[in-house]
Amino acid sequence: MLSAAAHARQAAQSELLAKFEFFSAEQAVEVDAISARILPTTDTPGAHEAGVIFFIDRALVTFAKDDQKIYAEGLPELQANVRELFPSIAKFSAATPEQQDQILQSFDARSAAATGARQSRRGAATPSFFETVRLYTIMGFLIDPDSDKRGNLDGVGWKVIGREREHMFQPPFGYYDKDYPGWQPNPSDAEKTKS
Amino acid sequence: MTLDQPKYKTTDEVDFVVIGSGAAGGILAKELSGNGFRVVVLEQGPYLTEKDFVHDEIKVLNQDLLTNHPELQPTTFRKTPQDKAKPQRALVYGRLVGGTSTHFTANFWRFHEIDFIERSKVGPIPGATLSDWPITYAELEPYYTKVEWEIGVSGQAYASPFDPPRSKPYPMPPLPVKSSGVIFERAARKLGWHPFPAPMAILSQPRAGRSACINCGFCLGFGCEVGAKSSSLATAIRMAEKTGRCEIRPNSYVHRIELDANGRATGAVYFDAQRNVQRQKAKAVVVCANGAETPRLLLLSANKEFPDGLANSSGYVGKNLMLNSGGVTTAVFEEPLNDYKGFAVSRILHDFYELDPDKVGFHGGGGLDARFDMTPIGFALGSLPPGSPRWGKGFKEVLSHNFTRTCEIFGHGTSLPVENNSFSLDPDLKDAWGLPALRLTYKDHPDDLKLTAWLYARSEELVEAAGAKKMWAPPVQEQQFAVHLLGTCRMGNDPKTSVINSDHRTHDVKNLFLCDGSSLVTSGRGQPTMTIEALAFRAADRITALAKRGDLPA
Repeated sequence: MLSAAAHARQAAQSELLAKFEFFSAEQAVEVDAISARILPTTDTPGAHEAGVIFFIDRALVTFAKDDQKIYAEGLPELQANVRELFPSIAKFSAATPEQQDQILQSFDARSAAATGARQSRRGAATPSFFETVRLYTIMGFLIDPDSDKRGNLDGVGWKVIGREREHMFQPPFGYYDKDYPGWQPNPSDAEKTKS
Repeated sequence: MTLDQPKYKTTDEVDFVVIGSGAAGGILAKELSGNGFRVVVLEQGPYLTEKDFVHDEIKVLNQDLLTNHPELQPTTFRKTPQDKAKPQRALVYGRLVGGTSTHFTANFWRFHEIDFIERSKVGPIPGATLSDWPITYAELEPYYTKVEWEIGVSGQAYASPFDPPRSKPYPMPPLPVKSSGVIFERAARKLGWHPFPAPMAILSQPRAGRSACINCGFCLGFGCEVGAKSSSLATAIRMAEKTGRCEIRPNSYVHRIELDANGRATGAVYFDAQRNVQRQKAKAVVVCANGAETPRLLLLSANKEFPDGLANSSGYVGKNLMLNSGGVTTAVFEEPLNDYKGFAVSRILHDFYELDPDKVGFHGGGGLDARFDMTPIGFALGSLPPGSPRWGKGFKEVLSHNFTRTCEIFGHGTSLPVENNSFSLDPDLKDAWGLPALRLTYKDHPDDLKLTAWLYARSEELVEAAGAKKMWAPPVQEQQFAVHLLGTCRMGNDPKTSVINSDHRTHDVKNLFLCDGSSLVTSGRGQPTMTIEALAFRAADRITALAKRGDLPA
């Protein structure tokens, strides 16, 4: 049975799901599954819990409009890769986490090679689909949760890396400055600076 | 914008038009308007204020909220004049009211005596155009003190045995120490070096109606939302506005200075926000557009009398560019430092300010600081140890472990002036206004690269003495990206080898003054803004004296 909090959370998420601005619900499930391997859920929250998919969706209709094509072309390519490696699996999200990692490793290596080829022809690299999802997953996980970009839901990304979600801090800040006695001149300098 | 601001007509001949509102332009506007002159400041960027200074890394850093935009103002780079320059982002500067001082680290080191007289002391250096300044440290000292007290610098006087003399202590104590600073201080002492609290242009105490630093942790690259960072925006610009004689006119992109039949500057020609051409008339023009845009503006203003660029009879406009050498060593420690809290730097050392070329085999010197200037996304993308997993469980582990346990040792050093190193106009590429784009030409002097390697070695010693669990540094590489923009319209007594005299007046045009990073003759040891601001205070005194004795044309 779901706890009340988890239930509320799920309700909130399905409300958000209704508000996708770029992805279809189906595409969103796939991209969410990819980003959940880039920053997986372990004993701490991962990309899924941080709502990275909502960040990527918003990005693709705002500041990252130019990357729409990368997603539109990259997803089918990835799915083809899935069927090649695991003929019995219909789509990425249906694979086990271990299979997903295997697929992404192969996809990452393949697109790195393809990027290399593109680079040599045009002089400038077009980032691969996987590299693009990786970048936006990290951004969506760690963006200021108070921004208007829908990422880092509840500040969980910051919690994971140990950044307190406060706006002001007071010293002592960390382990090494907590017992600091205050600055004193080097014994030998005390003489020099007096003169 | 305050209500005290006058609104001048472009046809009003004001006393001064100041081009640029950054470290130097802000102070010149404040001082000249404070001395009774009517001033218009033309700033190419927008007028943002504290409420606009958010912590959104994508908006601020990736989308250049505060900085020159690579699509609107593209740039090119090449190593030597023999190469064809390629389109590439070549520099970053603050493009808003307050300029680069709005988003800088705020390291506020004074230059030392040696920086002004190095050429006399070390003699000629092959491949370098090293020169003495026409002024000395002693002449600039009162103005350094003025910056500390009027703009607001925190620090501890007499703490470093290598410090130059000073007439007054700092107006407020240093900022609190960070864990990186404690680690740095203990390790440096073990090695017999002399660490001390960093002088920072950030308030450690409330002052002049401004808040003390709240240690929010979004500092380098970000605007300060409480006005604790002593940017021109938070200080000099506001003071200039209060005089009631200074108008700050944002979104005004100056692209030409015109002369009258007598060879005097008549004001500034600019694009307004709607890209209409406007002409602001003024009795004298002060250009403070930074070490890249100031020479560009002079080159864009070429005319019959000055076919190679306005005030460029020396041929030195844009040349002798210095970017400062140095580099970052990253270290990971056992326990959390939580260095993401607060400003960037709390401890520095100057033991290597003047190195003996006979001992080290090259010319130069520098300083080290302990810092953490990364924000979360930037950290995850760029500050993990080489060879770390790029995604998956392993990536998440190293990211989660390291974010609170990482700090950096930054070595800052000299750049020797080299005539070929320059900002010039690209012959092909244009910006969004149809003006020739900036072209960076840069190849570090071999001694600068040796110094960088030497500073890396000292940083490594320090990190080892500190007992770090892990450390790494990039290889020494020639620079191709500019942040410190120095020396491109240098000051000097000889009109053949300098662009301005010690009054900041161009040798060629009597009512045209330049003051910013371009005025510097040497690069110092990596922290130029304090000196740019001291020069601006001094320039304002000199220009005021000239105007009051009737030496500026009416």
